Amino acid sequence: MTDAHGNRLDPWVDAYATRARGMTASEIRALFAVASRPEVVSLAGGMPYVSALNLDAMADTISDLVRTRGTQALQYGSGQGDAVLREQIGEVMAEVGITGHPDDIVVTTGSQMALDLVTRVFCDPGDVVFVEAPSYVGALGVFRAYECTVIHVPMDDEGLQPVALAEAIGRARAQGLRPKMIYTIPSFHNPGGITQGPQRRRDILDIAQREGLLLLEDDPYGLLGFDDVGFGDAPPRAIRADDADGVVYLGSFSKTIASGLRVGWALAPHGVREKLVLAAEAAVLCPSNYAQMTISSYLATQPWREQVKVFRETYRERRDALLDELTRQMPEGTTWTHPAGGFYSWLTLPEGLDATAMLPRAVAALVAYVPGTGFYVDGSGRQHMRLSYCYPEPERIREGVRRLAGVIETEVELAATFGTGHTLHDPAGPSTPTPDQA
Amino acid sequence: MQVVVLAGGLSPERDVSIRSGRRVAEALRAAAPDWEVLERDIDADLLGDLSSMQPDCVVPLVHGAAGEDGALRDVLECLGLAYVGSRPNPSRMAFDKTIAKAVVEVDTPASVSLPHSTFRELGAAGVLRALDARLGLPVVVKPARGGSALGASVVREPGDLPAAMVGAFAYGEVALIEAFVIGMEVAIGVIDTGAGPRALPAVEIVPDGGFYDYAARYTAGTTEFYVPARLADDVAARAADAAVAVHSLLKLRDWSRIDFIIDAAGTPWFLEANVAPGMTETSLVPQALTAAGEDIGSMMVSLVNEAVTRV
Repeated sequence: MTDAHGNRLDPWVDAYATRARGMTASEIRALFAVASRPEVVSLAGGMPYVSALNLDAMADTISDLVRTRGTQALQYGSGQGDAVLREQIGEVMAEVGITGHPDDIVVTTGSQMALDLVTRVFCDPGDVVFVEAPSYVGALGVFRAYECTVIHVPMDDEGLQPVALAEAIGRARAQGLRPKMIYTIPSFHNPGGITQGPQRRRDILDIAQREGLLLLEDDPYGLLGFDDVGFGDAPPRAIRADDADGVVYLGSFSKTIASGLRVGWALAPHGVREKLVLAAEAAVLCPSNYAQMTISSYLATQPWREQVKVFRETYRERRDALLDELTRQMPEGTTWTHPAGGFYSWLTLPEGLDATAMLPRAVAALVAYVPGTGFYVDGSGRQHMRLSYCYPEPERIREGVRRLAGVIETEVELAATFGTGHTLHDPAGPSTPTPDQA
Repeated sequence: MQVVVLAGGLSPERDVSIRSGRRVAEALRAAAPDWEVLERDIDADLLGDLSSMQPDCVVPLVHGAAGEDGALRDVLECLGLAYVGSRPNPSRMAFDKTIAKAVVEVDTPASVSLPHSTFRELGAAGVLRALDARLGLPVVVKPARGGSALGASVVREPGDLPAAMVGAFAYGEVALIEAFVIGMEVAIGVIDTGAGPRALPAVEIVPDGGFYDYAARYTAGTTEFYVPARLADDVAARAADAAVAVHSLLKLRDWSRIDFIIDAAGTPWFLEANVAPGMTETSLVPQALTAAGEDIGSMMVSLVNEAVTRV
């Protein structure tokens, strides 16, 4: 029997939306599947080190919650989020200088959902979002899904460059595009590992105000600083602390308590807040009451500030191990950022090398990283990689860097032989790991 | 009967292998409800577990090195365990495309296999010029050992050869540079449940992008398959004979998948042989089985029954 048409193994192949075109199997993801094995030192994923959490205390919290308020915790809740938790989020945000009314907080399923809601509410297809170069892969995915035009703006040692930002906005307007939003991660940037100082934050806010653009401030790592970056002993002051009307602030408990509970939030001006709540109800009806009340009970009964200190010390030790071993091992021509907090360092390879092309060799050598291309929408970033130090123990981090150095040295030799470190074919599909692949 | 399906491992084809293993295990459970079918990854505890379990049969579905290069099968033989599939040395020969192409007595595209060290020591520019002179363009550049088209690319311009080599060497120490044969890409499953090897209907592969790369293999909808392939009866028969011949010449056992390009004259050009064929939702052997009116479960039950008689 010969069919006039063959079989594509997917009867819906002609029905998918245009935006689903890039959703293909990925050679890079296949490599990350290996990275999840214990033999591999994964400097790839951004999994918080939840082992540093007091699990007994969390177990007691959950047990008590279900026993005493189970009928509420296991029921639907408000689309805006639990009122008690929103009060407590206010206390958490006070740590970064924000005074916000609980009514202006929308609790979400991780701050990723808040990102989605803000983009859904603000962006029509083609609207321009300005992002750092590089930027958080999860945000780029959301902006792409809503068919935004994403424009990367360069960073320097203090993050997003104001002059370059103003120029990019001007160019976009001159081209007839519709600038809508500036998305920034001012503290302990993912993936850049860079933090904006106080003046830099003011400069960026000035531009947003002058240009009439919404500033979307993503701050999941704000409380996880190790070094003074211009704010003394306090965590970096959020941009939102200085403008309640022009900034939507995104926060998360994923890094300070537990990522598995998936609780984040948006703090938004009143009008925006209303729309975010309606959008949230359309998307998920309400965030998980169980997860919210677990977080709320934990905040009320446990020394959460002490817990944040434990996380901070854990990550500081790992950051130090990474930077120290990079200094010892990396070949000439390799550079990297020195994060003052958070989870990541951004490494630049010697001229001509390609982190995407190199990844199979790295995984074969039992070390993994995320190639820089995942953090751009335009194929840039080949010479870069993101190294994550949050999950492996310090000695494993050192071992991973030793393995990586060997891989880079071999790659330098290969590039010298062939006059290029790039490959002919461009792997299709996502080039970053799934959230559970550390 | 206790059967252990081995899948996973540390090769870049880990994810594919896990999906293949899951599908085969489910098919076995459905076809033989009385059997105990376990799925197991490859790790440091495996040998101890297999030694203590002493399963009646093992089905190795680990793709890539270790799974297909004979090493895992050597270990299974050391443990005295029955297993489905080819023995170690034939697996070793089949996994290395260079060796397989040299051994089979069927048409195969002209090719050269070279390690990175040759380019480094003799100078890449000179070696690439010699390759161009010998094979012309286009050529296919791929790792000599490995599957799922990882690190493989088609080179149509001389200036693209260096980048193609870098891509292939990312997945292995030796690269195979093979003349590109224009024609129909087909895969033919060969099954031997005790009565001698027989070919399943050829699967014709028409990828949207023109090259059957990793994304085209594992993204449903991006490749069009015709089963049986749109071949004249005599050409189809010739291709089937060639597949069985390759299976026999390489001394493969139980099952394999043999890949060819069939040119305009109807000549099948051998590309490679696979001793642990993919069994995912988008893989080729399951499609061939369906076209033949067979199913994965029945085939695997037959192969397991055959394997246990060999111990």
